[in-house]
Order: sequence, then C-alpha cells, then structure tokens
Amino acid sequence: MKYLTEFRDGAAARRLADDIARTVTRPWALMEVCGGQTHSIIRNGIDQLLPPQVELIHGPGCPVCVTSLELIDKALAIAAQPGVIFCSFGDMLRVPGSQSDLFRIKSEGGDVRVVYSPLDAVQLARANPQRQVVFFGIGFETTAPANAMAVHVARKEGLTNFSMLASHVLVPPALEAIMSAPTCRVNAFLAAGHVCSVMGFWQYPPIASRWRVPIVITGFEPLDLLEGIRRAVRQLEAGQATVENAYERAVTFDGNRVAQALLEEVFEPSDRAWRGIGVILQSGWRLRDDYRAFDAEARFAVEGVTAPESPMCRAGEVLQGSLKPNQCEAFGTACTPRTPLGATMVSSEGACAAYYHAGRFHQLARAGGVLAGTGS
Amino acid sequence: MASTLEPVATIDPSAWVCPLPLRDYPAIVIGHGGGGVLSAELVEHVFLPAFGNAALDALGDAAVLPLAGAEATGRLAFTTDSFVVRPLFFPGGCVGDLAINGTVNDLAMRGARPKWLSAGFILEEGLPMATLGAIVQRMAAAARAAGVQIVAGDTKVVERGHGDGCYINTSGIGVIDAGVEIGPSRARPGDVVLVSGSIGDHGMAIMSVREGLSFESAIVSDCQPLHGLVDAVLSAVPPGAVRVLRDPTRGGLAASLTEIAQASQVGIALDEARIPVHGPVASACELLGLDPMHVANEGKAVAIVDAAAADAALSAMRAHPAGREAARIGVVTAEHPRMLVSRTAIGATRVVAPALGEQLPRIC
Repeated sequence: MKYLTEFRDGAAARRLADDIARTVTRPWALMEVCGGQTHSIIRNGIDQLLPPQVELIHGPGCPVCVTSLELIDKALAIAAQPGVIFCSFGDMLRVPGSQSDLFRIKSEGGDVRVVYSPLDAVQLARANPQRQVVFFGIGFETTAPANAMAVHVARKEGLTNFSMLASHVLVPPALEAIMSAPTCRVNAFLAAGHVCSVMGFWQYPPIASRWRVPIVITGFEPLDLLEGIRRAVRQLEAGQATVENAYERAVTFDGNRVAQALLEEVFEPSDRAWRGIGVILQSGWRLRDDYRAFDAEARFAVEGVTAPESPMCRAGEVLQGSLKPNQCEAFGTACTPRTPLGATMVSSEGACAAYYHAGRFHQLARAGGVLAGTGS
Repeated sequence: MASTLEPVATIDPSAWVCPLPLRDYPAIVIGHGGGGVLSAELVEHVFLPAFGNAALDALGDAAVLPLAGAEATGRLAFTTDSFVVRPLFFPGGCVGDLAINGTVNDLAMRGARPKWLSAGFILEEGLPMATLGAIVQRMAAAARAAGVQIVAGDTKVVERGHGDGCYINTSGIGVIDAGVEIGPSRARPGDVVLVSGSIGDHGMAIMSVREGLSFESAIVSDCQPLHGLVDAVLSAVPPGAVRVLRDPTRGGLAASLTEIAQASQVGIALDEARIPVHGPVASACELLGLDPMHVANEGKAVAIVDAAAADAALSAMRAHPAGREAARIGVVTAEHPRMLVSRTAIGATRVVAPALGEQLPRIC
C-alpha cells in the first residue's frame, strides 16, 4: 500500500525510538488525543519501543467512547420505533446503553443498518419515501463534514423522511478541559492528525501558550506517531511549548476551508456531555435553526430521555491522565471488557480496555522471549 | 503506558476477550453467527450440553467416526454446514460453490477424502427459477471438480419475506486413510505454522458488494476445494507430521489459530510480515478499520506441521494450484499457552484476540 507501508518500516522506527531515548532526560507524560492513534499504538506495539521515561496517556478521542449514555439511550428509543430505518457507523452498534444496545434492538425487529457514509443514509431515505430514515451522526471534526453534507443534501432535495441524531464533539474544548483539571499530568499533546486535516491547526497556538503545553499534530502510522513523540519530547526537554505539524502530508495550518464553511453553515457550537467526563461547555455541535427540522431528537420526541452514568466509574480521571486505569477500584473486577461500567472500557480504543489489553502484553513479556523462535 | 505499567494481578489472560459487551443476550443476535467468541459460546453452552459425545466433543471441522466390524481399521469423517450468504452471487462464486467447497474443505481438514454429500434447500417463495437453476449448475460443476457425488437431498419452501432467496445445507462424508491423524488438539511446541495462501479475500469480496457498504474493488472470493492440496501435502511428508489443519472461514485466521492454541494448550506466535495479504484486501481493510486476520476465507488452509517436515509441506503446497502463495507464518510455542501473539511490522508484539461477533467497520 503506497503511502502506508513506507510509514511502517521497522528499521526507521527503531532509529526514531533511539533518537527519543537519546533526547529524554526525565519522565514525561504525552497524551495522544485520537482513538485512532491509540488503536495504532496498541496494534503496532509502538509503546514497547519507547524509553521508560516516556509515558503515553490515551486521550478522550474515541467518538464511540465519549458519546453519552443518554444519547445512546435516545438512539435506542428511536431505533426501536416501527417504520424507522436507523443507520449508524458499524462500531456504534456494540456500545451498550442503560438497558440494551443496537444489536439487541435489531434482534427484536428494529431495522438497524450499518452504513459507511452518511450519504448512504440519504440514499436510503430517497429509496424508502414511506419510511423515516435516521442517521446517528457521531464523531469529532473528522466525520462532521460528511454528516453536515448529508443534512445539507437532504434539505436541498426536500427529503422529509431523513433526520440526524447529532452528537458531534470537538477537540480544542476537550484539550482545555483536560489542562484545566487540577490533577492534570499531561505534559504534551499529540494532536489528532485527521481532525486537523479538516480544521487545520489555527485553533491550537492559544492553547499551547495559555497552558505552556507543546502540541504536535501527529499522524497514525508507526513512523508518524514516533515522529510526533520525538518532536514533543524535544520541545519538553528544551522547555518549549509551541504548535508543530508532524503530519505535513495531510495537514495545513488553514485546513479544509470548504469543509469548515459547510460545518459553519449546518452546525452551531453547543454544550455537550462526554461519557465518563461530564458536560464540557461549547464542546459539541448541534444543528442550526435552519436545519433543526432534520434533528431526530425533536422529530421523535426523545429529548426527555436521561440516563445516569455508573457512580463507580472514574473514567473522567483516567481520560485526564490523573488516574491510571489499574488504580481504579473497579478495574479488572467490577469493570472488565465483558462488563464495562464506563465508556473507556467499552471500545478497544478506550483507555481502560487498552490498558486491560496491555496487561496481557506485560504478562507475556514477563514470560520472556515470547517471539524468540518465530524467525522461521 | 509503555514501561510504566505495573503488573496487574487481577487479569486472567485466558478469560480475556475482545472488549465488546454483548454477553448476556436473551435472543440470538447476528454476532452469534460470526464465527467468533459468541459463536463459540453458543456451541459450548447450548449445543454441547445437549448433544455432546466423543465424536462431537473434539470440535473438529468434521467428526471422525470409527467403523466397527470387518472394516475396523477404516474411519469416516462426517460434517455439515449451512450457507446463508447475501448476495447469492458475488465476485468469484455463489452460494452453490460455497455449499460444495465449504463441506468438502471441512472433510479435508481432518485428512479425509471427500466422497458423498447431501444437499438441503430452503427456498423463499418468489425466488426466480433461473436463479435457482444457475445456483444448481454451479453446485454440480463444483461437485464434479471436487470429485464428490450429491447422493441425498431435500427442498422446503418458506413464505416470501421469511428467507433470503436460497439457503443451502450440505452434509458430507469422507474416508480417512489408515495412519492419518489430524485434529485441533495435536499441535506441539516447536511445530511450524503454514498458510496455503493470501488471507481475507472472501470476506472482503462479500463486503465489497453488500448493501450499505459497497465499494469499487477487484477483490474476488478465494472459494475453492482444498482436498487436493491436503492430499499433496500428506503425500509429501511422513505419517503424523501434519498435526492440525483448519480452513479459516468465519472468524478468519485469528479464530482458527486461537481455537487450535486452546484445544492443544499451546501458544502460537506469528510473524505478521510473513502473512500473505493481497494489496486490494489490505487496502480495503485499512479503509474500513478491519484486521485481515479476522476476515473470512473460503479456500485457504492453515496447517500446523512438524518442523522437520515443514519445508516439504510448504513445497507441496506451493506446487499445487490452490497453494501457490503458501507461506510459513509462525511457530507453536510453550510460552503464552492458549494465546495467539503476533510480531508487528515494527518488531513489537501484540495479542491477537478472536472477534466477539460480526466484523464491524470502525469509525476512527
């Protein structure tokens, strides 16, 4: 795969890791913001190449993880209604609400469909004029333009049977919330490359200077991540706190202005509840008044649905890096990937699940020489 | 979290599963058919307690049945499989090809020579006769190619809306030669892991044409019979050198190798760079956020072979038309029993867990 395999080269990865090891003189905690980065770190074992002083904290950037329980319950209530075709990105189907999940709704007769693009949901609305088609529009700034386009197209075509359950979350307010926590341990951010490919990084310099925190725009392949870590560590060791772009092949300062204009037209900022964290002011997008007719919450009258999070779950502290997952009383006992109390144990990209998974690695490492015999 | 991670005493590695909290379903969900953890639990908690016996409990791709009396040295292999693919026709085959080759391959994975098949059809009212005719023609051609006869059959019709056009069940009987002992619990530390070709082709071919997820691709299903390839390998190595054979269908390589690791109480260590994956399949998996190791195959075998016979087995695979891209992908080890561990592209390691249920595209 051109432009992918080049960024997975083992020898180059070791050179970057060596450079990081030569540079670092004391412990630093780096937060990778995006769930896709967490996935890549776990999938490739990138953390195993790093010197012991460099700690990676898994950030809140998994949209599946941070979608609030309340919104999932609203989705389930809509999906269970007769005549509704409920469309979702695939991995949202597995996330439990208070009582059920989309898989179970489907097995009970709900018409729940996995789509890859929100425009596929619009197509379903065109093809099924007698049915109500609802798209579960979750995600960060990365997925927002396509969701905005779906609503835009639906309004242009006058589709009265399409609506969206919108739950967009935004990265910059989350970074501010993390830094403002008194127990915050984050020394530097690896900013989410794909979010920045849409939004650019003009929002970040004020955050870097206000909190004296280096922010490095970072990609997703092993070499991208190691380069982002290398630059963050260099800044920290030099006492700098600037915004750097280590993902130049995808990200510019301005970002995608066309996409930003569409987002501006369709969405407006709103307060948003993050699962495991709580409400962060102005950290989400909702449909503007001009597009409110396409708001599924209003159309299906589920605005009154509420759902409390488990009081035992300390995911908020974990997401802010002030508590290690295995320091939580519930970790591995009341809360496991089979029986999650909070979102961070739900998705394979969530911090607690990733930690749980990593626990297996370290058990293996203690067994010693796991793969010594593989070179067949 | 790298080296700062403290040991976690509360983790039971053998009980770890992919973090998908769907365990307590009061009804069947799609994931129960996905070939992953949910499927395995269905077998363990529903079917085995009701039906369990020595032949079934081995949980091979086919049951091995000893014959009494005059033919006491011979054994039969017996298996059954149902085929509910949607769409009925896909790039590289149709439900009819799958129905023959799937059962032929299950027999071959116990080292049996496939002989006789039954075919049961559940047809939906309104299925065009021409469609049924085309499926049946493909079945007949696949049976001829595999050297098996369809000797029993049944047809039922369900009302419109109660089926996806055409479901097919096939059962198969094969004959196992004396001296052939192949089964999921026979892997030993030091053995070598071979795969007969590229992985993920069938699953991604189906996904590329499925409603709601269609994308343009040239990916073709690998649907093909494997008994010839198995015969070639068995002929090339000493008796007993081939320990285990599996065809990694639903659940993919990850599920098959984890099942072998658990049945044999061994660890399996893979070298990811050695696993053959075609470019378009790798790209489609990247796009959808899937791991090729979880994606279904319909014409590939994974073989656990005595290290001393591995070169001969690999050469025999590569000399056969169904195994030209065969590769040595890992080893069986006494370390990390019951777990599948993979060395990643950058030289680190990761645990490869079987999927819980269906493979779902990831959002991020």
